[in-house]
Amino acid sequence: MRFAFTEDQLAFRDAVRDLLANECPPAVVRAAWEGAGRAPGAWSALAEMGVLGAMAPESAGGLGLSVLDLVLLAEEAGYAALPEPFVEHAMVAVPVLPDPAAAAAGEVTATAAIGAPFVPFGADADLVLLDDDDAVVCTARGGFTARPIDGVDASRRLATVTFDEAEIVGDAGALAAAFDRGALGTAAQLIGVTRRMLDLTVDYVKDREQFGVPIGSFQAVKHHLADARIALEFARPLVYRAAWSLATGDPDAAVHVSMGKSLASDAAELTSTKTLQAHGAMGYSFEYDLHLFMKRAWAWAGSWGDAPWHRARVGRAVL
Amino acid sequence: MDLNFTDTEAQFRAECREWLQANVPTGLPSGDTHEGFALHLEWERTLFDARYAVVSWPEQYGGRGATAMEWLIFEEEYYRAGGPQRVTQNGIFLLAPTVFDFGTDAQKDHILPRMARGDDLWAQGWSEPGAGSDLAGIQSKAVRDETAGGWRLSGQKTWTTRGAFCTHLFGLFRSDPTAERHRGLTYFLVPLDTDGVTVRGFGRLDGDEGFAEVFLDDVFVADDAVLGGVDQGWSVAMATAGVERGLTLRSPGRFLAAADRLVDLYRSVGDAADDRLRDDVVKAVIDAEAYRWQTFLTVTRMLEGESTGSESSMTKIFWSEMDVRIHATALGLLGPDAELDGPWMKGYQFALSGPIYAGTNEIQRNVIAERVLGLPRK
Repeated sequence: MRFAFTEDQLAFRDAVRDLLANECPPAVVRAAWEGAGRAPGAWSALAEMGVLGAMAPESAGGLGLSVLDLVLLAEEAGYAALPEPFVEHAMVAVPVLPDPAAAAAGEVTATAAIGAPFVPFGADADLVLLDDDDAVVCTARGGFTARPIDGVDASRRLATVTFDEAEIVGDAGALAAAFDRGALGTAAQLIGVTRRMLDLTVDYVKDREQFGVPIGSFQAVKHHLADARIALEFARPLVYRAAWSLATGDPDAAVHVSMGKSLASDAAELTSTKTLQAHGAMGYSFEYDLHLFMKRAWAWAGSWGDAPWHRARVGRAVL
Repeated sequence: MDLNFTDTEAQFRAECREWLQANVPTGLPSGDTHEGFALHLEWERTLFDARYAVVSWPEQYGGRGATAMEWLIFEEEYYRAGGPQRVTQNGIFLLAPTVFDFGTDAQKDHILPRMARGDDLWAQGWSEPGAGSDLAGIQSKAVRDETAGGWRLSGQKTWTTRGAFCTHLFGLFRSDPTAERHRGLTYFLVPLDTDGVTVRGFGRLDGDEGFAEVFLDDVFVADDAVLGGVDQGWSVAMATAGVERGLTLRSPGRFLAAADRLVDLYRSVGDAADDRLRDDVVKAVIDAEAYRWQTFLTVTRMLEGESTGSESSMTKIFWSEMDVRIHATALGLLGPDAELDGPWMKGYQFALSGPIYAGTNEIQRNVIAERVLGLPRK
C-alpha cells in the first residue's frame, strides 16, 4: 500500500498549475462570462503541452496516460475554473473516440453529456458525445443542432443538443466507463475549485479588518473555514482512490467513483456557503471573484450525478 | 501509487484475522465497571500472550515491530472481529508514544513491558477542575524535595478515564511556581498506590463508573518519575496530544466496523420506504471509507518523511462527529426500540463524548484555522 502520486505525476500537475496561473487567471474566467465564452489561450496551451490528448495512445499523438495521471490535472482545471470542457474533452471523449488524433492535438474540441439534459459548451464544440440507446454516440458539427440555454455559470455555456447524424463509438460498457470518467474528472475539478474558494477566503479574512482586528481572528469565521477545510480533507482521498480503481479496472470502480463524487459535491457546496458567509457583503458582489468559483462549484456539483444520485448508486451496491 | 496491499501486509492481515476471529471474546460487559474491567483485563493478557497487544512496538517490549500500515490492518481486523474497546488504550496509545520519544532507557525497560502485559494500567491525569480545554491553566503543584531526592505532588485531577481501575497516572504538574501558563510544567509518572493519593470514581453520562477524580496530598515521587525534562512538560504532553487527537486512539477500523454493523441493522430493521434513513446509512458507509483512505494517504506521507502535525485536529473532528452520526442513524432505524438500553443507545452516549474529550472540537477548529489555514490567533 502506497497512496501517493509519482514524481512524474506531480511534475505534470505543477506544469499545468503554472500554465493555468498564467493563461487562466480570474480575468479570463470573467471575460468568458462577459462574451468571450471560452479561454482559447489556455486551451491551445494545454493542447500544446499534450494535456488534452494525454489519454490518447501515442500512435494518435497522445501520451498513453490514464485517468490516474489526469486526475490531478483536472483538479488544477477546477482550481482555475477553466471555462472549457476540460473533463468532457480530455477524460470522456478522447479515450472513446475511434480516431482521437484531431481531438488530441486540440484541432477539434469535443464535449460530452451522458444521462444529462444539457451539454456544456454544446454550441461551441466540434464533436458532441451523447448517450443513445445504451451506447455512446458521437455527432460532429453539421450533424447536430445546439440551442444555448442560460445556466447559473455563464462561463460554462450550456446547450441542448439534438442530432440528425451520429456515429456509435462505444457500447454499453464503454458508455458506463465514459460516465465514470466524467464523474471522476468532475469530482477532481470540484476538489480544485473548493481549494480555490478556500484560498481566496483565507487571504480575504486575514486582510479584512473590523472592530480593529482581522475578521479571520474571530472564532465564528475560523469555524466556518475549518469546516470547509475538513470537508476538503476527507473528500480528496476518495477521489484519488476512485482514479486508481478506474485506471486499474477494479470491479468496484463505479462505487468508488460515486463515493468520491458525492463527497466532492458536498464539500464544494458546503465551501461555497461557508466562504460566502466569511466574506460578508464583499462575497455577494458581482465585481468580486468569489462568485466565479461558487457558481462553477454549483454547476459541477450537480453535473455527472449530484451527491444524492451518487449516494443512491452506492446504496444499491452496499445495502 | 499502489493501493494493493503487499504480500507481507496481506499475510499479516490473514494471520490477524484467523487469530482474532477465533479468540475475540463475545458478550463482555462494559469495561468501565469494576467487574467488567477485570474481564477486559483477561482479554488484554490473552492479546499479549499472542503478541497482539502492541503489534507496532519493537519486539523487545512485547510487540512485533509492525509497520504503521500493518498496525492499521491489525486495527481493521480487530474491530471487524468484534473486539472490544481496549481498556489499556490510554497507556498503549497515549503514554507509550511519549515514553518512546522522551523516556530514558531505564524508563522504557521498566514501563513498556509492564504496560504491554497489563501489569500496570495507566490513566491520564491532565484535566483539573479549572483546566479543561485550557490545559495550560493547570494548578497541581510539584515541589522539589532535595533531601529526599524527588518531588512532592499536590492537587486534584479529574475526568480521569478509568482512574478507579488503573494502577498508575501520567500527568502534568506545575514545577516552577513563578512560571505561567504552559511554562514551568513537568510530566510525572505516579503509581496510584503511593501514600497521599486518593481516587474517587464517579459516573459518566451512561452511568458507568468510567471517570475518577484523583486527589494528591504531598505525594512523594523519585526523580525517575519525571518523563522528559523538568519544566518541559508542555512540549512533552503536546507530543501525546497530537497522537491522541490523531490516528492511534481511534483508527479507521473502528468506524468501518461500526458502519458495517449499521448496514446489518438497516438490512434487518430498515424501512425500504424511508429514503432519508437509507441515505444516512450510505453517508455513514462513505464517511468511514473516507476516513480509511485519508488515513492511508496520511500514513504514506508520514512513512515518506513528511510532517503531518496539526492536521490531526481534522482527523479528530471527523471521526468524533462521524461516530455521533452513525449512532444517531442507528437509533433512527430502531424507531421506538431506540430508547431501550441496548448497544446502540449505549454507543450513542459514548459517541457523544467524542466531540468533547481529547480537546473539544471547538478548540480543534481553532487549531485547524490557525495552524492549517494560517489565520491569525488574535
